[in-house]
Amino acid sequence: MYVAVKGGERAIDNAHAWLAEERRGDTSIAELSIEQIREQLSLAVNRVMAEGSLYDPDLAALAIKQSRGDLIEAIFLIRAYRTTLPRFGSSEPVKTEEMACDRRISATFKDAPGGQVLGPTFDYTHRLLDFKLAAESDPQADAETAKPRREPTPHIMEFLNTEGLIQTEIACEDTPPDLTREPMELPSNRALRLQSLARGDEGFVLGMAYSTQRGYARNHAFVGELRIGAVPVEMEIAELGFAIEIGEMTLTECETVNQFQGSKTEPPQFTRGYGLVFGQSERKAISVALVDRALRWKELGESDSGAAAQDEEFVLSHCDNIQATGFLEHIKLPHYVDFQSELELVRKLRREAAETYPMQEAAE
Amino acid sequence: MTDYNFAYLDEQTKRMIRRAILKGLAIPGYQVPFASREMPMPYGWGTGGVQVSAATLTPDDTLKVIDQGADDTTNAVSIRKFFEVTAGVTTTENTTEASVIQTRHRIPEAELRDDQILVYQVPIPEPLRFLEPRETETRKMHALEEYGLMHVKLYEDISQHGAIATSYAYPVKVEGRYVMDPSPIPKFDNPKLEMSAIQLFGAGREQRIYALPPYTKVESLDFEDYPFEATKADHACDMCGAENSYLDEVIMDDQGSRMFVCSDTDFCAGRQQAGHLGALAAVNAEDAA
Repeated sequence: MYVAVKGGERAIDNAHAWLAEERRGDTSIAELSIEQIREQLSLAVNRVMAEGSLYDPDLAALAIKQSRGDLIEAIFLIRAYRTTLPRFGSSEPVKTEEMACDRRISATFKDAPGGQVLGPTFDYTHRLLDFKLAAESDPQADAETAKPRREPTPHIMEFLNTEGLIQTEIACEDTPPDLTREPMELPSNRALRLQSLARGDEGFVLGMAYSTQRGYARNHAFVGELRIGAVPVEMEIAELGFAIEIGEMTLTECETVNQFQGSKTEPPQFTRGYGLVFGQSERKAISVALVDRALRWKELGESDSGAAAQDEEFVLSHCDNIQATGFLEHIKLPHYVDFQSELELVRKLRREAAETYPMQEAAE
Repeated sequence: MTDYNFAYLDEQTKRMIRRAILKGLAIPGYQVPFASREMPMPYGWGTGGVQVSAATLTPDDTLKVIDQGADDTTNAVSIRKFFEVTAGVTTTENTTEASVIQTRHRIPEAELRDDQILVYQVPIPEPLRFLEPRETETRKMHALEEYGLMHVKLYEDISQHGAIATSYAYPVKVEGRYVMDPSPIPKFDNPKLEMSAIQLFGAGREQRIYALPPYTKVESLDFEDYPFEATKADHACDMCGAENSYLDEVIMDDQGSRMFVCSDTDFCAGRQQAGHLGALAAVNAEDAA
């Protein structure tokens, strides 16, 4: 007997209740607090802030808890919350040369003013499971850390710039477009590309960057400088008529130095790629810089090798994981109607084929 | 819920969407870019339709939400609930009672009136997308009315299969100008696109809105010798006996026996209440008793 599918509403409510139960897991195990997630899973928090485009570690930690650790789901929660927030204005551009660097390294110079600062990095750890962590409950001993320099730390690329060895970035006074307030228009510009990549999926941007290293639009990047630290955020208040500091945020900035052959009009010089991301997200920042550089082929008079990473429309249309996962997963929704129309079409075409070629059909 | 504005979106956003809707109505079939917002449901699950509905609804409206023609499919339930909570509007399953109908993949069987608005959820608004993946190219093709590629595709279908092998999201030409994707409705519904109600199409992820004002001329693309044909399963509804409604095929048992029922649940229930019974309705009634 056929019963029209009723009770979708009850099924949904029950599914949500079950989900909540699964999220909590075994209740004899202590519940995670937002503070624990914020402090102990801080790189996950950073990724959620970066791709969620909202700098708020507590909300990001809450989203991670609510999403059972599914970071794309957490990013989605943050994005959906972010759209409801009123816009008071925009900050002044942050001055990353004034960053209080926790980490600052250059792969192109052995030393430079401000020095090489390793900071809290996985780079030289041996990836051996630390079973002490499974047992240890004692608080970790304080590490010996240096205080970040108080004075500004110059960008290493600027030392190349004084010699004219690297292409100068031309300052632009235009207000950058806001991807979240205006529809994306293609072809876009570098500000919009960097904005899009900064909130793009880490895995996607990493894959695109990796493809350039393997020869699909190879541009041979060196990490000119990678820095991580806190920068003050200033905003001009209309009533005051000048900018005041409204807070600070931790950023990761990467500048790459890339080869450039020079052209008829330009002497040979190096070029740059750039990535700036919320939080400590250095894999992402380096990836953004490589993809940024690959996307600049037209501006730098290079040839289009047809590589995916050079294709602005391809990269920008597919780097957003919230768009991608939504559309991918929507194929779980009912498609009875469309499938029915396909069924009828295939049956009709097969019927007609059988009438047209009856012998072949018999031979089979 | 008092934390959110009426129908969730803030008034500024609604104004932006209304402007896009008005532009869409002024240029029927033209895809208007709009700054689609991140909604609390996933992209691909009707965020475009939800934003258009949110910008369209007033507190006096009565809303109906269908998916696959049915009011009780999970996503229709979810979207209806969203507006019940955020807008507090009256909702209905009755097509004639609704002033705004949000739909996915179907046009209701009952003829709509000029005081009704039909809002479509659109996954890929660009009818040329599967022929040309680049937006920069397809926008140019629309601007130049360069639709040769589409006709070649339809022609190739005929030469390969003997028929146009598109059964849903069948492309249409609006007022002799723009080729438009009617969203993935079955081509059975295409003739209904010429109607008295306002039709609004929202594609959230792709950031596009387009529209058909009432009584707009909408032609399904075809050839003189291969005219467009609105098709459906060659059956009557086994529940209400309707012979002119779009049918879902339901697998009944392990042997794969089938029955056919109206995809428009309100239409089917209405007919059954009026005493129309299909071939299997009597069996069902006995089972139920």
